[in-house]
Amino acid sequence: MSDVRSFSLPLPRRLPQAGLFDSWRNAALTLSSLAVLVWLLWPLLRWALVDAVWTGAAQACSGVEGACWAFIAAKLRFILFGFYPPELQWRPALVTIGIAALLLLSSRPRFWSTRLLVVWLVALPLAWIIMAGSILPPAVSTNQWGGLPLTLLVSLIGLATAFPLAVLLALARRAQMAILRLLAIAFIECLRGVPLIAVLYVAMLIVPMALPADALLDKLLRAQIGITLFVSAYLAEILRAGLQSLPLGQTEAAYSLGLGYWRTMQLVILPQALRAVIPAILNLSIGLILNTSLLAVIGISDLLNTAKTAATDPNWLGFYTESFVFVAILYFAISYSASRYTLWLERRLRAAVS
Amino acid sequence: MQALSVIRRHLTSAVGAAVIGAIALLPVSAQAGPTLDKIKERGVIKAGVGTIPGFFSPDSEGRWQGLFIDFGRALAVTVFNDPEKVEFTNSSPQQRLPALQAGEFDVLLTGVTVTITRAFKLGFHFGPTVFYDGQGLLVRKDLNVTKAVDLDGATIGVQSGTTGELNIADFFRKTGKKFTPVTIEETGEFLKALDSGRVDALTQDGTDLAAKRTQLKKPDDYILLPERLSKEPLAPAIRAGDDQWLEIVNWTVYATIQAEEFGITKDNVDSFLKSDDPAIKRFLGVDPSLGEAIGLNPKFAYNIIKAVGNYGEIFERNVGKGTALNLERGYNQLWTKGGLIYSPPFR
Repeated sequence: MSDVRSFSLPLPRRLPQAGLFDSWRNAALTLSSLAVLVWLLWPLLRWALVDAVWTGAAQACSGVEGACWAFIAAKLRFILFGFYPPELQWRPALVTIGIAALLLLSSRPRFWSTRLLVVWLVALPLAWIIMAGSILPPAVSTNQWGGLPLTLLVSLIGLATAFPLAVLLALARRAQMAILRLLAIAFIECLRGVPLIAVLYVAMLIVPMALPADALLDKLLRAQIGITLFVSAYLAEILRAGLQSLPLGQTEAAYSLGLGYWRTMQLVILPQALRAVIPAILNLSIGLILNTSLLAVIGISDLLNTAKTAATDPNWLGFYTESFVFVAILYFAISYSASRYTLWLERRLRAAVS
Repeated sequence: MQALSVIRRHLTSAVGAAVIGAIALLPVSAQAGPTLDKIKERGVIKAGVGTIPGFFSPDSEGRWQGLFIDFGRALAVTVFNDPEKVEFTNSSPQQRLPALQAGEFDVLLTGVTVTITRAFKLGFHFGPTVFYDGQGLLVRKDLNVTKAVDLDGATIGVQSGTTGELNIADFFRKTGKKFTPVTIEETGEFLKALDSGRVDALTQDGTDLAAKRTQLKKPDDYILLPERLSKEPLAPAIRAGDDQWLEIVNWTVYATIQAEEFGITKDNVDSFLKSDDPAIKRFLGVDPSLGEAIGLNPKFAYNIIKAVGNYGEIFERNVGKGTALNLERGYNQLWTKGGLIYSPPFR
C-alpha cells in the first residue's frame, strides 16, 4: 500500500461554489451571510491586524486600541522558555527542536520500528539531562524550567512512562487471578475518579508531608509522577478496549501453537490491540498536552503560566489578551495538527486492515 | 490578591480546601535542623514568590524584579553577602503555604497577609510587615473626592465574591452614608465599568487598583485615594520553630528601615562610614561589637544598603512615583513622617 493512496480523497461531486449564486435567493443569502460574517469579524480583524502595534517599546502601545504584538516580540523568549537562564537558552531551544523533529519523524508509519522506540527512550531522558545540565554544567534547577519545552517534556515523558504501566494494568485487569484484577481495578478507578488537579495537589502537598524533610523530591518530578499515574489509568482503559476487541480465538490459537502467556501477548495480542487503539491514544495525548496547563495552579511555569506571568512586568503591564491569544495559537497549532494527523492515520490504518 | 486567582480559586477551591484542610490537621512537621544551617549547606536561599506587578514579576530576561524580590536579595546579602544567592520560585496561592511548611521554601515572600489564624493554626512566624496594603478606592478625578466619606451617593463597582464587597458595605453603614454597589463578576468588565462611566469608583486591594489604573484608557483621569478601608499587612513568612532564622529575616528588613531613618542610601552609604555618630558606627559595623554580639557579619547592614538600598529606595524603585504603579508612600512612610514603617533600635 502506498502513501499516495491515503491522500487521494474522492473529489466532492459538487464544486464548493455551486449553490451559492445559482438563484437570486441563494445569491441574496450568500451576500447577507457574508455581510454578517464581516460585521462580526471586522472588530477582531481591526484589533488583531489593522490597529495593532507590531514593534517598539511599551510606550508605543499606550493608548492604542489594537493589539500590542510588540509585547509578544519583547516577551517571546520568556513565554517560550520561562525562567531558564537566557545565556543557556540553547538548551531548551535544542530540546524543543529535537522533540519536534522526532515527533515529525515518528508521524510516518514507514519509520515505525523498534529502533525508533529506542531513539525515543534515549531522547527523553537525554532531553531532561540537557535541561538539567547534569552532564554539562552549569546545572539548572527544575524551578527555572518553563514554557514550551516544559509542556512538551512533561506530556511526552508522561505518556512514555505511563505506557508500560498501562500495559501491565490492562493485562492485570483481564487477569485470571482475582487479587491482581482487583488491585488493577482499584488503581484505575481511583485515578479515573478524581480530576487531574487533585492528583497534582496530592503530589504537591501531601507527598512532601509523608516524606522526611530532607528527602524532598523535586517539585517537577513529583508532578511528573502524578501525571504519569493519572495518564496510565486512562491509557490502561484504552488498551483494555483494544484487548477486548480481539476475538478469543487469537489467544487460543497462540496457546495451541505452544506459546506461553507473555509470548502470546507480545507476539499476537498486543500488536493487534495496539494498532486498534492508536487513534484513541493520540486523542489522549492531545488531551494531556492541554491538561498540562493545570501545572500553572501548582506554580510550575508551563506555557500558559509563563504567558500569564509575562503580563505582570510593570514595564509591560496588563497585555494579558495578547499573551493568551499567542499561547492559544500555539496550543491550537499543536492540537489541531495532532488531530488532523489522527484522522489521517485512522484512515490509513483502516485501509491497511481491510 | 489577584483577580485572576479569585476565579481560579473558585474552580479549584473544593479540592484545594480539602487538601489544605487535611494539612492543617497534620502536626506541624518538626524541623530537622536550623534553617540557616541548611541554607548555608545548600549555598542558596529558597524563596517562594507570587506574580504581581511591582511586587514580584520577571522582566523580559526572566530576572525577578519587585519590592519583595529586593527583600529576598537583602536576605541573601545578610547570609552570604551576595544578592544573587537566592532562588525565587513562582508559587500559586493554593500551594504556597503548604509548600513553606513542607520545607520547599525557606521564606515565603508572596506578601502573605498577617492574621491571627495563620499565626496560630498554620504554624508560621511572620517577619516585619514590609508593605501595608488594604482595600482602596479608585475614583474619577472630576468627582473632586479626596476622602472615602465624600463618596456619598456614589456608584461603586465591587468584584463579586471578594471581601471587598463586605468591607465597603460596612464602611458606608458605619459612616451613615449611602452608595450604590454594582457587583461585577468578570475582571475585564470591572475596568470597563469605570472606563464607560457606569460606576464612579472601583474598590479592591489598593495595589491591585494601582496596577489596574495603568490599564484604563485615560489613567490620569483617575486617582487612587490614599485611604484604606481594610488592613492587609503583607509580611515575609517562615516556618514556626526557628527563632534564629526569624531574627535574621526581622533584622534584615529592619536594617533597610533604619537606614532610611538615618538618611543612608545606596549611593551615600560610604560617606557614612566616617560618621562620628556611635549609633551609625554600630549600625554600619564600623564598630564591630554589635555584629560580634549577635553572630552576624558586623557589616551586614552596610552590605544590604550597598546592594539593594534602604526601604524608601526599594519602595520608590518598584512601586513608587514614576513606576507603573505610581503609589504614594501612605502608611508605608517612615514612622517619623507619619507612616507605620518602624525599626527597633540597633544596639
